[in-house]
Amino acid sequence: MPNAMTPGLVPERLDPQEIRDNFADLHPPLSEHQAHVAADRCYFCYDAPCVTACPTAIDIPLFIRQIATGRPEDAGRTIFEQNILGGMCARVCPTENLCEGACVREIAEGEPVQIGLLQRHATDSVMARQGHPFVRSAPTGRHVAVVGGGPAGMACAHRLAMKGHEVTVYEARPKPGGLNEYGIAAYKTVDDFAAREVDWLLGIGGITIETGRALGEDLTLAELVEGHDAVFLGLGLGGVNALNAPGSDMTGVEPAVHFIERLRQAEEKATLPVGRNVVVIGGGMTAVDAAVQSKLLGAASVTLAYRKGREAMPASRWEQDLAASKGVQLVFDVSPVEIRGNGAVTEIAFTHPESEAPVLMQADQVLLAIGQRLAGDQGLAREGAKIAVTGPGRTSLEKVWAGGDCAAGGDDLTVTAVANGRDAAEDIHASLTAGG
Amino acid sequence: MADLTTDFLGIRSPNPFWLASAPPTDKEYNVRRAFDAGWGGVVWKTLGEEGPPVVNVNGPRYGAIYGADRRLLGLNNIELITDRPLEVNLREMKAVKRDYPDRALIASIMVPCEEEAWRKILPLVEETGADGIELNCGCPHGMSERGMGSAVGQAPDLIEMITRWCKQMTRMPVIVKLTPNITDVRGPARAAKAGGADAVSLINTINSITSVDLDNFSPQPTIDGKGTHGGYCGPAVKPIAMNMVAEIARDAETHGLPISGIGGITTWRDAAEFMALGCGNVQVCTAAMTYGFKIVDEMKRGLSGWMDEKGYASVSDFVGRAVPNVTDWQYLNLNYVTKARIDQDLCIKCGRCYAACEDTSHQAIAMKPGRVFEVKDDECVACNLCVDVCPVEDCITMTELDAGTVDERTGRVVEGEYANWTTHPNNPSAQAAE
Repeated sequence: MPNAMTPGLVPERLDPQEIRDNFADLHPPLSEHQAHVAADRCYFCYDAPCVTACPTAIDIPLFIRQIATGRPEDAGRTIFEQNILGGMCARVCPTENLCEGACVREIAEGEPVQIGLLQRHATDSVMARQGHPFVRSAPTGRHVAVVGGGPAGMACAHRLAMKGHEVTVYEARPKPGGLNEYGIAAYKTVDDFAAREVDWLLGIGGITIETGRALGEDLTLAELVEGHDAVFLGLGLGGVNALNAPGSDMTGVEPAVHFIERLRQAEEKATLPVGRNVVVIGGGMTAVDAAVQSKLLGAASVTLAYRKGREAMPASRWEQDLAASKGVQLVFDVSPVEIRGNGAVTEIAFTHPESEAPVLMQADQVLLAIGQRLAGDQGLAREGAKIAVTGPGRTSLEKVWAGGDCAAGGDDLTVTAVANGRDAAEDIHASLTAGG
Repeated sequence: MADLTTDFLGIRSPNPFWLASAPPTDKEYNVRRAFDAGWGGVVWKTLGEEGPPVVNVNGPRYGAIYGADRRLLGLNNIELITDRPLEVNLREMKAVKRDYPDRALIASIMVPCEEEAWRKILPLVEETGADGIELNCGCPHGMSERGMGSAVGQAPDLIEMITRWCKQMTRMPVIVKLTPNITDVRGPARAAKAGGADAVSLINTINSITSVDLDNFSPQPTIDGKGTHGGYCGPAVKPIAMNMVAEIARDAETHGLPISGIGGITTWRDAAEFMALGCGNVQVCTAAMTYGFKIVDEMKRGLSGWMDEKGYASVSDFVGRAVPNVTDWQYLNLNYVTKARIDQDLCIKCGRCYAACEDTSHQAIAMKPGRVFEVKDDECVACNLCVDVCPVEDCITMTELDAGTVDERTGRVVEGEYANWTTHPNNPSAQAAE
């Protein structure tokens, strides 16, 4: 039986049950009573800062008051009106940087209202019930193509379908959901929630999903524009940035998103091989998700190596502390210069501003989380490496909108992607119904 | 250590905390537990006439109002007087009094308004060694339908009559327990005094329906789909009770009549407030029913600690101290001008003061960039709503304007002299100031 000290990449470093327990819900849902108590802490602020801080501008004081008055399903509807993926956002939003970070009780006492957990309570209440909370308008006869079944695409598709338009979602992968399905730490979205959420969302009707359809492979933008009344691109960032250091092609080195994707799709997490000494290079949420999950799989040591200082780290302090609490070591100001080994990685050499000699770290698994980029060329104007957009996601091409991570101006958050998709849908709807 | 001993109508008890006549004092077992826990006295659950006792409902007899975390704020009950035989209660009272001679034991009594009924029961009660009696003129449900309880408490002539009988028939001190279900509590209090009462106790419970089941539209507590008004008590009724106490304490006719304060007393502070309004002692029920008898520990320690801090050696040092400060509206000083002040360091920027003032009051708070809230002195009427809705203690306070300064709202110079409505020029019946 392998254990934490077994060298190389091996599965079952821990007992499978222990691994299952490790991947349980990070924040268990609130009971009804807990929700009541938590809801009572909301001050119902005037022009509430939490709403301003929410990219989808959910009326947070209202939905919390609805929970407090015994109407959690109505609270859920209040959330879904603004954010149809409010269930996932309740699980994955970095609330410490958004609503809860802005909560006046966070400022007053360092203990914000538990907005994320309350949102989950409300959205779960709705989703636990059969049926869908919204009714589709009469069919308009218009047909919109949505490319990408991630948060931006699904939010856009739902809003369009609700308005009565026919929507086809073209999804490159075998399943819709995008990062909700293939990215994000497993313990943030347990029990196949991403897939269940998509199924529930489709309850609005009028949305067809075609999987295995990728732009630039069997689809062209020109064809889509030709065959539909409008096109929304929610492509996400399909490409991964390569590490510009010798040895990065060695066995045991791979993009962190691939590792997370395998993990998310594994029925039994214990079957996944993980290194004894794992080094994750990067400083964002993906880096933290990969590092923590390596540790939960039983790696003996997991190091998160970031090239700048703690303050510059894109992952929030809360995420950093989560990683530390799970046993991940965070090392700052280290830049990888060489990955060493004989075919398979054995160590990494880093530079550190206070060390003349390279800093060496043992590693039999190296996960690269140094950013993703937009894959392919859609023939659209770019801003930086992303698709340039104006207003609610209008691209340089008429009839084509874009949103989510592939569009410029975002912050690579699920909730922002949802806001983009929703707003683009409203704009598409306005343009399709203008003058008529 | 402050001395908590009280002497109420000559009845001594080691502390001013008595248990009110209610379920906690219905039988020997409970009362012994109460005395062992340290309660100063008990008013035994109301005794009725000899003979087959009353019966209670066999479904829920209490309903509740909750705050967050199911904190019980108000309790309602439809229980009647004791449903145990009179002789059993009398026997138990006697045994308890024998074993706890230093504690006050009062018998609550409710019999029909017939002289004979009182003549029969009083000697039996006296024989137990009870320290006094309390006439239940307050029970608002069930018994009132039979011409007793609050039916008597709402008819001053009946109060006077039964009080007089009792004073004639027994040597025991007579306390008359008043109902709040009346427009002016001074009437019943005056009647009690006229009948010779040694004291009044108040308030009994308030007619109430705690909630309505919106599935089957029955009021709660629900008995087989139906409900009736019950008596409301607990923290929610305290302000109503304190006003009634103060009305009696400052009434020319009843001033000086000893009062036993009842109504939502849950902590030492509640008790101290009632006593400051003129109560010689207090009676507690809901707090004990919610938390058990042990809460008296907090009450005794809290009251004693506060008295030490203030230098009060005995409770008589502060009983009634707030009474002279309760006055009529017309005597309030109209030259007392205050303005709200917001402490920007304490402000957490929730904006509740702004919403309250802007939507519902005087538009006297400005919301500035960065969620900075500032009082507009030229609009602020000092209503205190912002203070009341602010979630941060002492963040918003009322500051008095010194005499000689200008009130920006009225443009008038603040005068130093006291002046009230009786002399105000807008008052059509104003008398010229002396």
